[in-house]
Amino acid sequence: MFAYYLDLALRSLRRNKVFTVLMVVCVGLGIGASMTMITVVHVMSDDPLPERSGQLYYPHIDPWPAPHGRSTNPHASDNLTLPDAMNLLRAGRAPGQAAMSGAAISIHSEQPNAQPLLETGHYVTADFFSMFGVPFRAGGGWTHADDERHARVIALSSALNRMLFGDSPGIGRTVRVGDEDFRVIGVLDDWHPQPMFYADVNGRAFGRSDAFFLPLQTALDLKLDFRGSLSCHGDGGDDRTTDRCTWLQFWVKLENPKQVSAYMQFLADYWRQQQAHGRFPQSVDPKLYRLMDWLAYKNVVPGDVRLQLWLALGFLGVCMVDIVGLLLAKFLRRSNEISVRRALGARRGQVFLQFGIESAVIGVLGGVLGLAIAELGLWSVRQRPDGYAQLASMDVSMLMGTFLLAIGGSVLAGLLPAWRACRIAPAIQLKAH
Amino acid sequence: MEIRPIVSSLRRHKITAWLLIIEMALTCAIVCNAVFLISQRLDRMNIVSGVVEHELVEIKVADVGLHPDAKARVEADLAALRRIAGVTQVGVASQLPLGNSSSNNGIMLDPKQKMATINATMYQGQNLLQALGTQLVAGRNLGDGDYRDFDSVMKAAADGDPNDARMPKVVVLTQTMADRLWPGQSALGKQIYLGPVPITVVGVVAHLVRPNNFSLGSEYSMALPVRLTGEGDSSYVIRTAPSERQRALKVALAALKKLDPKRVVLQKRTWDEIRESYFQNDHAMAGLLVAVCVALLVVTALGIVGLASFWVAQRRRQIGVRRALGATRADILHYFQTENFLLATIGIAIGMVLAFGINLFLMKHYELPRLPVAYFPVGAVALWVIGQLAVLGPALRAAAVPPVVATRSV
Repeated sequence: MFAYYLDLALRSLRRNKVFTVLMVVCVGLGIGASMTMITVVHVMSDDPLPERSGQLYYPHIDPWPAPHGRSTNPHASDNLTLPDAMNLLRAGRAPGQAAMSGAAISIHSEQPNAQPLLETGHYVTADFFSMFGVPFRAGGGWTHADDERHARVIALSSALNRMLFGDSPGIGRTVRVGDEDFRVIGVLDDWHPQPMFYADVNGRAFGRSDAFFLPLQTALDLKLDFRGSLSCHGDGGDDRTTDRCTWLQFWVKLENPKQVSAYMQFLADYWRQQQAHGRFPQSVDPKLYRLMDWLAYKNVVPGDVRLQLWLALGFLGVCMVDIVGLLLAKFLRRSNEISVRRALGARRGQVFLQFGIESAVIGVLGGVLGLAIAELGLWSVRQRPDGYAQLASMDVSMLMGTFLLAIGGSVLAGLLPAWRACRIAPAIQLKAH
Repeated sequence: MEIRPIVSSLRRHKITAWLLIIEMALTCAIVCNAVFLISQRLDRMNIVSGVVEHELVEIKVADVGLHPDAKARVEADLAALRRIAGVTQVGVASQLPLGNSSSNNGIMLDPKQKMATINATMYQGQNLLQALGTQLVAGRNLGDGDYRDFDSVMKAAADGDPNDARMPKVVVLTQTMADRLWPGQSALGKQIYLGPVPITVVGVVAHLVRPNNFSLGSEYSMALPVRLTGEGDSSYVIRTAPSERQRALKVALAALKKLDPKRVVLQKRTWDEIRESYFQNDHAMAGLLVAVCVALLVVTALGIVGLASFWVAQRRRQIGVRRALGATRADILHYFQTENFLLATIGIAIGMVLAFGINLFLMKHYELPRLPVAYFPVGAVALWVIGQLAVLGPALRAAAVPPVVATRSV
């Protein structure tokens, strides 16, 4: 039966080629546009650390004298001041905690005449590596003692290691950062979490990766160059060491709800304790964001991209309404044929199935075209200069999703026309002719 | 044209008629909002920068390691750049208009204020306004005597005396900022406070756009007389004739390399490139929106063609009868045109409400302004035109149906 209906459907589609092509193109365009944008949003809102993100939290304590609205900088207090970061770090209330900041340095290998490389990376504290599960090809991170000693140590990405030392890891060798010698103690495996959640993510969270990591306190000591926003309130300049300038990111690892509530309590106590010293004038309101909530709070998926998704879905909606209308017109035009079939004994369900299959065939063809259009769309996204561009490609689940959307969509679109078609009475149509 | 027969015939095709109406309503609503979004982007992209856009070149170099003689090096660099033939001005910039990296400050009119009045961006660097070619509308530009060294300003700030002589004392700001701070008054001689530090306004420029953060006020910009000696993000700004830019850039790079072959060039570009890269996303978004509008209108038109063709085919007999009873070709043509106009009008009416709803949604989630009433007719006209164009083919085919069809049995 199914094969027969399929044959009928193909015959019917062949009979009116222009109409068929029109419908397939319509489904294809709608599906292609939506799948392009759904894929882009999907890859952008992916979990950067799937195994660990459930245990990673970002504490938010607001040292600003008054709430900041849209006329000032709404994200001014997302970062921590150096004294607060150091206090939280030394209190050590969580199983793991690290402070960090964006970094830019010029770096030389040992060779005397080598051109310096300008690289971006992060200044971090010891727990960074274990907390985020940073994989090392050789060596490893540093210890809390190294942090306190302001040790001159550095961990390199495998790419930077290759540029400086060739294929073998340069563990134990020295590189020159600014005017100081640093000992290489670790070489990372490929590690590029996207978005780069631990960075100061305002606006540019994608397409970056770090070439090196070195201890935060050492960087402060040597006055190396920092990257990222620095927001200050009150007076007395914008020195990084003051308790009025926020610029550090801070992450803690909390393994269970008990630890989470204990840490919340600790943050509230800290806030009150600071109020006793005349700081943190706003009412006590610490927050602890889970990694994925933090990314949502920071609007990691740009507004433009979300808007494009809505546009694509709106377009799909119009295409689908279009398909419903066209299928309805097509099916009702064949009222004669349906009447005859019904008069010859076909049941309503059979007529319904026949036209349902015809809609599904349009869906499959449209889905194939839509897939091609989506691949083309994603290719054009990859040509864009944005950081997220390189991520825009489909995985298997998105591929399946495209197909399901196309077939599901057109079967749904075919429901109403098929239902109308199967309600055509057997005799009346015959009588008219 | 009599409307009643059209309405009663549509009543018998309720579902198809409503589908067409819904499709046109959706298209109308999306097109209204999309056109509005496009115009917003175009407005943004056409922002007045206030600088001599086609005459500027930026070069940013980085020193490797610390240099105690930074001040002398910058002076030597500037002297070398000034000597280049065709270069009219050379300046140092802590940040550039539309450069997408900025230093911003809360501005207060009273040092005891708890919250800043506005947030303004702070341009610093020797001879910067002259190099950028901003247009002075009142007072004077920053002069040599006004400038303070960056590191001594930082030391003074750390010492905490707001009246320290090492602090800059004067500022030049934009007309927009002056009008916001002192509406209806002259800004010259007025004081602003950066934290506790009092600074006197000595000049007002017509325009100077921010490097980014337009939502804080795209022209809340000021220039402070601070002499930079290679700190952080600072770069050299060279002003020359538009046709000379590429040559000047090349010569300038060579001159800087000659002074110190070991340093690294981080940035070399014309200001036109800065503007282009700043608005890159807006450009792409506007293009995409245009494409979506076109695609929507095409799909809608195809839908109209499809349904109208179906109706025409279905009514061949009735058309034949009408023709046999004396209706002219024009009557038949007008029948289908009026029918489409009627459907389009209902669709547009619903579309307007929908457009308003979509706009409310966008206002809530994307900080867009309210859709001006002027945009509603855009969608309406687009739909009417598309509808009439799409129905023309099937309607002409209907008009061509000969009266003799009435006498045939099928």
